[in-house]
Formats: sequence, C-alpha cells, structure tokens
Amino acid sequence: MRDVSLPRSLEELWGLLDRESAAALYAGGTDLLVKLRAGLEDPPALICLERVGELKGVQDELDEVWIGAATTLSTLMEDPIIQRRFQVLRKGLEVLGSPPVRHMGTIGGNIVTASPAGDTLPALYVLGAQLEIRSKDGSRVVAIRDFIVGPGQVLLNRGEILAGIRLRKVQSYAIHHYEKVGRRKSQACAIASMAALLTVSDSGVVEAARLAWGSVGPTVVICREAEAAIEGKPLSMESLKLAIPLVEKAVSPIDDIRADAAYRRTVAGLLLLRLSEYSAGTCSAQ
Amino acid sequence: MKIRFVLNGETTELDVPGDRRVVDVLREDVGLTGAKESCGSGDCGACTILVDGESRLSCLMLAAQLQGRRITTIEGLGSEAQLHPIQSAFTQYGAVQCGFCIPGMVLATADLLKRNPSPSREQIRRGLGGNLCRCTGYQKIVDAVQAAASRSADHEKPLRDDK
Repeated sequence: MRDVSLPRSLEELWGLLDRESAAALYAGGTDLLVKLRAGLEDPPALICLERVGELKGVQDELDEVWIGAATTLSTLMEDPIIQRRFQVLRKGLEVLGSPPVRHMGTIGGNIVTASPAGDTLPALYVLGAQLEIRSKDGSRVVAIRDFIVGPGQVLLNRGEILAGIRLRKVQSYAIHHYEKVGRRKSQACAIASMAALLTVSDSGVVEAARLAWGSVGPTVVICREAEAAIEGKPLSMESLKLAIPLVEKAVSPIDDIRADAAYRRTVAGLLLLRLSEYSAGTCSAQ
Repeated sequence: MKIRFVLNGETTELDVPGDRRVVDVLREDVGLTGAKESCGSGDCGACTILVDGESRLSCLMLAAQLQGRRITTIEGLGSEAQLHPIQSAFTQYGAVQCGFCIPGMVLATADLLKRNPSPSREQIRRGLGGNLCRCTGYQKIVDAVQAAASRSADHEKPLRDDK
C-alpha cells in the first residue's frame, strides 16, 4: 500500500517532497493510475496535486496568459480567455479523450506525460508556450520544445514540478486550426495530428505560418521548411501540395498498434491540404 | 486512512487504504455495485460516478481523493419506486440491452444535461463519447437522452447555462 497525500498548497507540497523525494506526482490520474495498475511504475508514495490552489486557474496578465498546470482540460476548454485568444488550443482540447477524461485530466499532466500523441502539445508548440518550472528553491522558465525531449521524457529534476504555462497574448494569427486523425472521434489516440496558425492577407496570400504535427515522431514535429514553403504564396491546394514532400521528410513516425509508419507519413503531409478550406475568406477561428 | 465524504446524500466515514481505487471502495467496501468495472483504464465509462456533480471515472480515482467530496452513484440518482427522469426515458425508449454500461450512460447523461439542457443528437453523441455500449444500442440511447432533455425542458424549464 502506498501513502496518498493531497497537499493544499505548494508549501505543503515541498514539505512532502522533502520527506519522500521519490513520490510520484499526479493531478488527474488518467495516465499515471493506468500505468500503476499495469505495473509499469512502482513509486513508494503518491502525491495528488488536484487541490493545490496555486496550480489552478487561468490568469489574464499584461502580455501573457498564465495557465495553472493542474487546471483541468474541461475547465480550460470552457475558459473565455482560451476561447477568445487560443482557439487552436481549444480545438485540441475538444478532441482529447472524452468528457470524464477531460474533467479529470489536466494540461500540466498532458505536457509532463509527453506522449507524442498528446492533443494539447501541437497547439502549445505553435503558440510558443513557455513553461514555469518550480521547486522549493525557486523557479525557471523553459520553452515547451526544449522541455519535452522524447516520448514520456521531460527535463524535470527531482523536486521540481511543472507549475504553469505561459502563452503570449499578442498572436496575430487569424486562423487557428487543429485536426486529429484517429480511429474514432472520442477516446482516440491520434494516428497523426496537425496544429496550424496562419495569417492570410486580404488578397489571400499566407503572410505567416506556424505548423506542428503530433504522433509522427518521438516528440511534436515542427518543420520550418514547410512553413517557409507556404509563406508568401496564395493559400491554395496547389501551393500547399508543394509543401507535402517537406513534411514527409521532416517526420519520423513509427509502426504501432494504431497505424504503420508509412500511413502516418502520408497523413501528416495530407493534413496540410485541409488549410485550403480557410482560403475563401473564412478566416474565423471556428 | 480515515475518509469523510458525502455518498448519495449521506455523510459517510470510511477507514480504507488511501490508494484503493474508488470503484473498489464503492463496490466491495460499501456494497454499491452500480458502478461497473470494465476496462479499468478510463476508456469505457462503465465506472462513471458524479463527483461534486461532474462525471468522473471511479477506476482512475483513489480513495484519498474522496475526502470532502459529494459523490453520486447510480444508486443515488433515483429509486425503484421513483426513477429519475433520465432512467424513465431509458426504460421507455428501450435504451437498455444487457445493462452493463447503463449506470455510466445515465450518469454521463445527467452531467451532459446539466451543462446543455437541450443538446442536439450530435452533442449527445459527443457528450456520451466516453461511454461504450458493446450491445451497440447507441441509437436508442440517443433517443432516450433526447426525450429526457425535452421532458425536463417541458416540466422544469431549467436555467440555461450558456457555457
């Protein structure tokens, strides 16, 4: 039997970590408790972060929006600031798991679990999310792309936690897009996914593009070459098609129970073509 | 570990290991077998309960997390003498086949209708997306949820939550 602690503050959490530094931390439990049951992890104690007030909520700050790492996915999905400014993230949340999973799971958990298929991750990459890492001794900030280093692997030292996510408010992209290809709509782990932010001029030319793919590499894949290839050109099937070989080259998918690598590579490229649906002046972020 | 919470309206105190799964506490320690275990990994929704009114999976919650919460299981939603309107609709529309998924379906519906009192069929499908029925009786389940929604709209006129 393992002790389960539910600290109510960071102060209390640091005390618990002092006493049991190898304790496993969780918030929603939708990943960790599955692994424990399967015998994949065997921590001496558990600390549940669901009641640490300092790790929850969405704060509208001067230039940034701060999201507490233990904020549930459903709270975030319904948050007016997220809906107004970060539709790409809302779209990722909307197709993550199922309602009860979103009521339990947290954004911090989705990041730290670092699944290549994590549905908030491509959005957080294109938004350039900065992560606030805290410990008893202080805090540091790291970009999400530097924090996640492999499947399930993040640069978190013992005694450190992911406390919050910072998103820059000034994001001029009018088009926010996320699409996941899975075997069904709910409860599907992505076979391949793509998040995109685009700015398109009145004459239909792509002025800026940010693209990120999930489930087609050990971490989220970004592809500057593909971004550059569609920038400066009309948002059309023809110009998007030209970028497909660049995407196919950038990704490094694997075969697994959901799909084989070749299929994933093909889908990753073809996901680009969906962006053409935004060309007819339909620049709303819906 | 001593845990105090409200279970189906009654203050309950238990002395159980903090890392015991809530589905085991409910079924084996308390004797409420409405919440079912099927996948044990959050994929099927058979173990759905309401925690402070919100649907959660009791196979992915530990006993310690019950502390101070208000828990509703299917046993607390209606009674045999007086079914909850969602339960009546499920029986009237033939939404129940083997019945194993139904406690979860009914509680997930309660959560859905609280958030969206008059959902479209598409919204119902999404709202119940975490609950699997292997008899594949989804059409009648969706019919029943629609009927339950229109009945409560007729009788209660609940306040719209625009979220």
